[in-house]
Amino acid sequence: MTVAVSVENLSVVYDDFRALDTASVEVEAGESFGLVGESGSGKSTLLRAIAGLAPVSDGAIRVQGRELRGARRNKAFYRSVQMVFQDPYGSLHPRQTIDRQLVEPLAIHGISDGERRILKALDEVGLGSGFRFRYPHQLSGGQRQRVAIARALILEPSILLLDEPTSALDASVQAEVLNLLEQVRRDRKLTFLMVSHDLGVVTHMCGRLAVMQGGRVVERLTSADLVAGRIAEDYTRNLMVASKGFRRKTA
Amino acid sequence: MSALLTVEDLRVRFPTRTGVVEAVRGVSFTLGRERLGIVGESGSGKSQTGRAVMGLTPAHAQVTAKRLAFDGIDLLSAPPKLRRDLRGKRIAMILQDPKYSLNPVMSIGKQIVETLQRHEKVGRAEARKRALDMLAAVQIRDPARVFDLYPHEVSGGMGQRAMIAMMLVAGPELLIADEPTSALDVTVQLEVLSILDKLVAERGMGLIFVSHDLRLVSSFCDRVLVMYAGRIVEEIAASELSNAKHPYTQGLLNCMPVIGADRHPLPVLDRKPEWAL
Repeated sequence: MTVAVSVENLSVVYDDFRALDTASVEVEAGESFGLVGESGSGKSTLLRAIAGLAPVSDGAIRVQGRELRGARRNKAFYRSVQMVFQDPYGSLHPRQTIDRQLVEPLAIHGISDGERRILKALDEVGLGSGFRFRYPHQLSGGQRQRVAIARALILEPSILLLDEPTSALDASVQAEVLNLLEQVRRDRKLTFLMVSHDLGVVTHMCGRLAVMQGGRVVERLTSADLVAGRIAEDYTRNLMVASKGFRRKTA
Repeated sequence: MSALLTVEDLRVRFPTRTGVVEAVRGVSFTLGRERLGIVGESGSGKSQTGRAVMGLTPAHAQVTAKRLAFDGIDLLSAPPKLRRDLRGKRIAMILQDPKYSLNPVMSIGKQIVETLQRHEKVGRAEARKRALDMLAAVQIRDPARVFDLYPHEVSGGMGQRAMIAMMLVAGPELLIADEPTSALDVTVQLEVLSILDKLVAERGMGLIFVSHDLRLVSSFCDRVLVMYAGRIVEEIAASELSNAKHPYTQGLLNCMPVIGADRHPLPVLDRKPEWAL
């Protein structure tokens, strides 16, 4: 297996706060890898650092064998790596039609068969061409997240960075979006790096995962290990208990 | 059990440029001193039901009901002064996100004291003491320090505990919790829920718990109302949830990814137009 994304001893420091502390993660091509942890554990920062959205102070990031330095990324990088953000209400331009938002990446990369790609991308995320000239406020949260996924897919990347793609959605809509993500991954043989605080979602979507706490990776394990309870760290065990839901303590 | 709250044929309508939107269409239920869950997707009218009881429906909306009574008081014909007195004192509401529901330019302690002094004649020292006791009751370790903090200086879980403290300080009889833990981390969710659970049980309050997470609600409540398109489609005891009849309830129950259950793809809701009739 070739390595798609490799992060070695990566640190991100904001003033005197270490958001990421010598974290290392290796994602193989074609796999779906999960990052789990509470707020402030650095899981989103790791994703943002790969995309060039966080100031890296130390360590190395390699994507498909090429080392990335600083925060600048070239166009070739964005053609192979795209990101989907948590909040579909914040990640789409409120005054641009869906068509405009999908044309933008095509225009930046000088791709000519825009018409075909837009129709294909909308079709792929299950929206249909009827949504093409609508504005974000005319869509529901789930539909907006589909547009965000379509925008990420339109450049035909090989790696998707997913930052809590369903946590702003209802449980029932979450199921639809997760199914969609699984399907596009199968169809296009994509590599996923997915951040979530929900162990249920991560074990459903990912084969392997890393548990993060306080900017560090505290445990790496497979979903099968997690399901079977082969857990080494107390912290992971606590997350596991929490994800089982509320239990009333019997007095 | 005498009814604390009686709701009969509640309707909430929003006139818009393109016609009237009926968010709540004929909801009826009674609540004693028990824990009632209201579950549904976005737009099912669950929050608007809670807000109508609280009297927080926007002014341009029309609220009608055959009967909307809290402890014998008809809420719809009650004068604004009476509703203000009820709100916060006898009926309280916890909102989803403490980042938006707390006053950002007022310290947490002051906000709790303000609630108390609005409803009771208490001196400053007494009010401060009761606020500190309340912060301790929601398991904040150092109440004196948190008392003087501003909302941006505390974490989401701490903020939500402060919110619960503020809502319970005047000793309400009915608490409406609208997605009280959706903005919190899973581990913090459990802490906040167990605090809420303990306080509701100790004080014998009635609780309306509004959420889109059916499993969470059923583990927390005695009885669950399932709403779809502004109506109650099923009412079910939480212990009987696995025997739910309505396909919508079953759909909500099955759509969550569960650790250890290998289901690809996840079952999704096949929304039928006749459910909304």
